[in-house]
Amino acid sequence: MIPSILRSLVRPLALCAAFALAAPAFAQQAEEQPIPTHQSWSFAGPFGRYDTAQLQRGFKVYKEVCSNCHALGIPFRTLSQPGGPEFSKGQVEALAATYQIDDVNDKGEAIKRPGRPADTIPWIFANKAAAAAAFGKAPPNMNLLAKARSFSDGFPWFVVNLFTQYQEQGPDWIYAILNGYSKPEDRKWNLYFPGHAIAMPSPLDSLFDPKTGKALNAGFYTDGTPVTKEQVSKDVAAFLMWAAEPSLDARKRIGFRVMAFLIAFAFLAYFTKKKVWSDVHAHA
Amino acid sequence: MSGPSTYVPKSALGRWFEERLPLGGLIHSSFVAYPTPRNLNYMWTFGGILSFMLAAQIVTGVVLAMHYTPEATLAFGSVEYVMRDVNFGWMLRYLHSNGASMFFAAAYLHILRGMYYGSYKAPREVLWLLGVVIFLLMFATAFMGYVLPWGNMSLWGAKVITSLFSAIPFVGDSITAWLWGGYSVDNPTLNRFFSLHYLLPFMIAGAVVLHVWALHVVGQNNPAGVEVKDVARDTVPFTPYATAKDGFAIVCFMIVYAWFVFYTPNYLGDADNYIKANALQTPAHIVPEWYFLPYYAILRSIPNKLLGVIALVAAVGITAFLPWLDTSQVRSGRFRPAFKLFFWLFVASAVGLGYLGAQEPTGGYVIASQILAVCYFGYFIVVLPVLGLVEKTKPVPPTIADSILPSPAPAE
Repeated sequence: MIPSILRSLVRPLALCAAFALAAPAFAQQAEEQPIPTHQSWSFAGPFGRYDTAQLQRGFKVYKEVCSNCHALGIPFRTLSQPGGPEFSKGQVEALAATYQIDDVNDKGEAIKRPGRPADTIPWIFANKAAAAAAFGKAPPNMNLLAKARSFSDGFPWFVVNLFTQYQEQGPDWIYAILNGYSKPEDRKWNLYFPGHAIAMPSPLDSLFDPKTGKALNAGFYTDGTPVTKEQVSKDVAAFLMWAAEPSLDARKRIGFRVMAFLIAFAFLAYFTKKKVWSDVHAHA
Repeated sequence: MSGPSTYVPKSALGRWFEERLPLGGLIHSSFVAYPTPRNLNYMWTFGGILSFMLAAQIVTGVVLAMHYTPEATLAFGSVEYVMRDVNFGWMLRYLHSNGASMFFAAAYLHILRGMYYGSYKAPREVLWLLGVVIFLLMFATAFMGYVLPWGNMSLWGAKVITSLFSAIPFVGDSITAWLWGGYSVDNPTLNRFFSLHYLLPFMIAGAVVLHVWALHVVGQNNPAGVEVKDVARDTVPFTPYATAKDGFAIVCFMIVYAWFVFYTPNYLGDADNYIKANALQTPAHIVPEWYFLPYYAILRSIPNKLLGVIALVAAVGITAFLPWLDTSQVRSGRFRPAFKLFFWLFVASAVGLGYLGAQEPTGGYVIASQILAVCYFGYFIVVLPVLGLVEKTKPVPPTIADSILPSPAPAE
């Protein structure tokens, strides 16, 4: 007991001198794993807003690709909310009606009925266990994915990020993963995934040829946006950011007003204080 | 400092009430007539800022509790319901979650101000001890609040911290099970943490009342560190002088607060807490919120669990002994050149420990934490007792007024 106490007290002291030498060794401990690069997003920065057309394209990617495995877990109605993909009410009703929802009728019998806007977008699996049975591991629910994934830029950049208001680690991470399947022969190897072995095989292989990277269906987007892997992954990452943070537009809009008010108020408070204290300083 | 109130209400009703309960007089003597040293700098505005933050946390917290469900299978979803479906729920929640960080940031600055200017010294020991009590209550409140969203970091953070009690010999495991209300962190733990998270802020408010009362008995310390000798010459009334200055400082503080809430609301949070609590999936890297990181680094710097826990408790608890550890006759750090150097080294080691607390506890990081932990404790148990005996201090001004007035030609 006593030697271990002594060791824990003496060792740091003995190593004080070695501290400067030990510092460079920290950097080498970092795993050789690239961190995602910062993409440019319409919703970044103090005046950032979601790009409605991009969210609509992103929803299409979700529906055609992601939804084959992942739950989204948000109601249809949110797709017509302001500050989101802003589909029309009619479009959302029509979309919801294409799904069959489990319900109970007034006789207590289990039935299936067409979906309504208030329903949660159903998952392709009945439950988590069914998904886990199919894939070995249940694919994560996507409604918070863009806030539940992150990475650190390391010192000093994480400090800089506070001032540049960088909060897009999640979409950058998703974008990097979707573009990180760099081995055509191993579709479960991802450059950006910790340890590189990812359970999800490259999901965009259904849209792009793994070898050439060319779009299998050049008419995937109907609004004239070029169908490239970069574009598609950006669109779906932006959509997932909206799904995770639907209040972002309102938050930044209100934030600007709050800031403008507080800064003006601070000036008034400052001059009030100056006036109040002027006689004290005069006597001082 | 404040004698019997001379306050006389203007209206007849006011006078009638005042004769029966002198509430107006209490407020008047505490927040209007109360004499404040005229040389206070902006570091003395954090008391007002902290009062504002406590009120903000209680108000946002009470409203959040109206929409939150403290039940293990529903808690995570209810927070998302607040974020998505409650009107301005996202604002309330971001105000509250970032408010905790703002509260701690202000508290740390308030404490460091007290340490720099020797505010803990006689006759302000009880005032200081009440501050330590508030600080401990804040720790408990913040820790339990972080568990409530029932994200994965909530669960595993709760597990790590409550498991510290299991290091206590013989009764440790029983205490941990008692805290959990079972054999792991689960629904009973969440229920009691919610209950206590609602209770403790009001205990903080009570301790704050005592803290302010103690302050008003002994009077404020000030940058010169000399007591008020002549109220007319050395002080100004709280209102309008301190109120105007505190008001300006609070608005400036709100700008920083708003920056976090509206522009970088998740900057200080952990992404893993947006994953629902899962007892089978340990986060890759369990870290507490930033305000606990220096203590977390001290805990992990010692390879023995019990000794680590003792070091953690000591790191916080040692602040209670500051009034008796500091042997210097000079109160303010302004007149102690050597103290200044050690004070800033102490601040640097605490910040360094904070950085290390967020890193993986391996190799060089552990050694660096050990070195900085020694520096942290060294400040309290070696530097302060010894420095006061050997340090050569600068001359202290005889009065507060003398410390700020342009020195007249030597009269005598």
